[in-house]
Amino acid sequence: MSQTAATSAVSTDPSRRARLAEFWYYFSENRGAVIGLVFFLFLVLLAIFAPWIAPHDPVEQYRDAVLVPPAWQEGGRAAFLLGTDAVGRDMLSRLIYGTRFSLFVGVIVTTLSLVGGIALGVIAGYFRGWVDTVIMRVMDIILAFPSLLLALVLVAVLGPGLVNAMIAIALVFQPHFVRLTRAAVMSEKTRDYVVAAKVAGAGHGRLMFKTILPNCMAPLIVQATLSFSSAILDAAALGFLGMGAQPPTPEWGTMLAEAREFISSHWWVVTLPGIAILITVVAINLMGDGLRDALDPKLKRS
Amino acid sequence: MPRQHGAGFNMFRFLLGRLAVLIPTFVGVSIIAFSFIRLLPGDPVALLSGERVMSPERHAEISHALGFDRPIVVQYLDYLWGVLHGDFGTSIVTKKPVIDQFFELFPATVELSLCAILFAVILGIPAGVIAAIKRGSAVDQAMMGTALVGFSMPIFWWGLLLIMLVSGMLQWTPVSGRISLMYFFPPVTGFMLIDSLLSGQAGAFKSAVSHLILPTIVLGTIPLAVIARQTRSAMLEVLSEDYVRTARAKGLSTFRVVGVHALRNAMIPVVTTIGLQVGVMLAGAILTETIFSWPGIGKWMVDSVSRRDYAVIQGGLLVIAAVIMLVNLIVDLLYGLINPRIRH
Repeated sequence: MSQTAATSAVSTDPSRRARLAEFWYYFSENRGAVIGLVFFLFLVLLAIFAPWIAPHDPVEQYRDAVLVPPAWQEGGRAAFLLGTDAVGRDMLSRLIYGTRFSLFVGVIVTTLSLVGGIALGVIAGYFRGWVDTVIMRVMDIILAFPSLLLALVLVAVLGPGLVNAMIAIALVFQPHFVRLTRAAVMSEKTRDYVVAAKVAGAGHGRLMFKTILPNCMAPLIVQATLSFSSAILDAAALGFLGMGAQPPTPEWGTMLAEAREFISSHWWVVTLPGIAILITVVAINLMGDGLRDALDPKLKRS
Repeated sequence: MPRQHGAGFNMFRFLLGRLAVLIPTFVGVSIIAFSFIRLLPGDPVALLSGERVMSPERHAEISHALGFDRPIVVQYLDYLWGVLHGDFGTSIVTKKPVIDQFFELFPATVELSLCAILFAVILGIPAGVIAAIKRGSAVDQAMMGTALVGFSMPIFWWGLLLIMLVSGMLQWTPVSGRISLMYFFPPVTGFMLIDSLLSGQAGAFKSAVSHLILPTIVLGTIPLAVIARQTRSAMLEVLSEDYVRTARAKGLSTFRVVGVHALRNAMIPVVTTIGLQVGVMLAGAILTETIFSWPGIGKWMVDSVSRRDYAVIQGGLLVIAAVIMLVNLIVDLLYGLINPRIRH
């Protein structure tokens, strides 16, 4: 890596650009990852421009159009491409608006657990001793519960709702980031460049977050992608159990919960929100696999 | 190194080391369960007694009976003392001890989880091995694509979909419960598959099996995908090792190289993965049992949350965490036996 940095001295930050180019080279080799990325960007656009793309208001109830099947089926109407639900709301519009909630959940949960996890993990791995012991024991306690059960109970304490569900899920995901960061920091801490920075007079804060942390990012980025998709799944699961987003919010899990009773009679109200969750999560996981291959030098060889 | 002498000693130290971590964790878990009821919005006395309107005298009386008038530390120690003697509280709704309800329902969850893990292992390991051997082929891509979809599956929707197709349209399997209402026999082991056989009633076993099929598939889907992916990558790693190349160079058949040399070593990380699925299983059981009305602890907890039976949630949290910790300890010990390298 050092020779590439030395040769391209033209740009302002050559090593970063070279690394980015190398990363993109490996990432784009993985066809699935690129498909995942494209689809993900499509979802982001859907979420941002939902009010302009969606043909109807997601909570508007058309009383004359209850449980209308998708347009291509008998009895379907062109105005409701994917049909309507039990109170006459347009499925397509609800699904489009649903991307907003799912992506929002993914971003917030991942950010919360990533930031908190990095802070605790760096501190634990850098200082060791009793600080480390206390932090890791607390993480063990969180890990002792099945994640969804703990999230469910936390939401029962905080009160049902999307925000509380996100807080609960972020808390439950935290330990994975703490463990990863701690392990990476511990293995980097004794390297020469860290010792050199210490000798040069760098303080604890600088050593922890400026010197060591950037070199620990690869596994954290991969874990963050994984958390992003798991957060969407768990938030939908909580919504399904009635503890996440509350009706009439067009959140995919909540939509499924409302649709349960129509399982045998009206396939579209049950099938479509699930497909939306599934393909979103698949796209993100495809990206995650690509990121892992591109960032993990051990797997690059094979 | 004196391995024969060392092994037993190491095992003991290994166990001690694990316990040194487990005991503080258990204390922490018990503090969480203890504080849970006190963190809830509202008066814990009213929540625990289940009485909504009460006079101040009645409130003081219940408060005293529950011990809420004592210092918080004394309350906690008393709670912990009770827990250590098997007192996990009493349900507000059914008035039955939480621990009794737990043991009544736990076999159903264990039966379902065991079937799901078996399903995942039986399909996942061969799939992973085949994908690794045929690396890059259409078979590999199809299998890993399927595994990725399985890994990403919202299982609560997967359950509904299977009910819609298999139970609804094809009418092959029943929709909910553990056995048809036609059959009745007292539980002996708590495992419906065994009990239905013991009952000797014609068709009972078949009914129990048909009730198990869909929940097993739903709960086993994510572990199946994880195990297949893990087996494939472990196999790929082992297949590139020198000793495998040597075995190949000796002219051994692919079957022998893979089956005898590679698989044994590839299994070590796979066994860890299987062990890690215990917590995943219990989280999945919450959703699977809710969808299929499976009378296990997952459904019990969800029902208790919606019924606001806080005593059950409090007790259930602690029992479930204790069970997971115990299972993880056993998995760790077994793992130590299989792979001597980690005992140190």
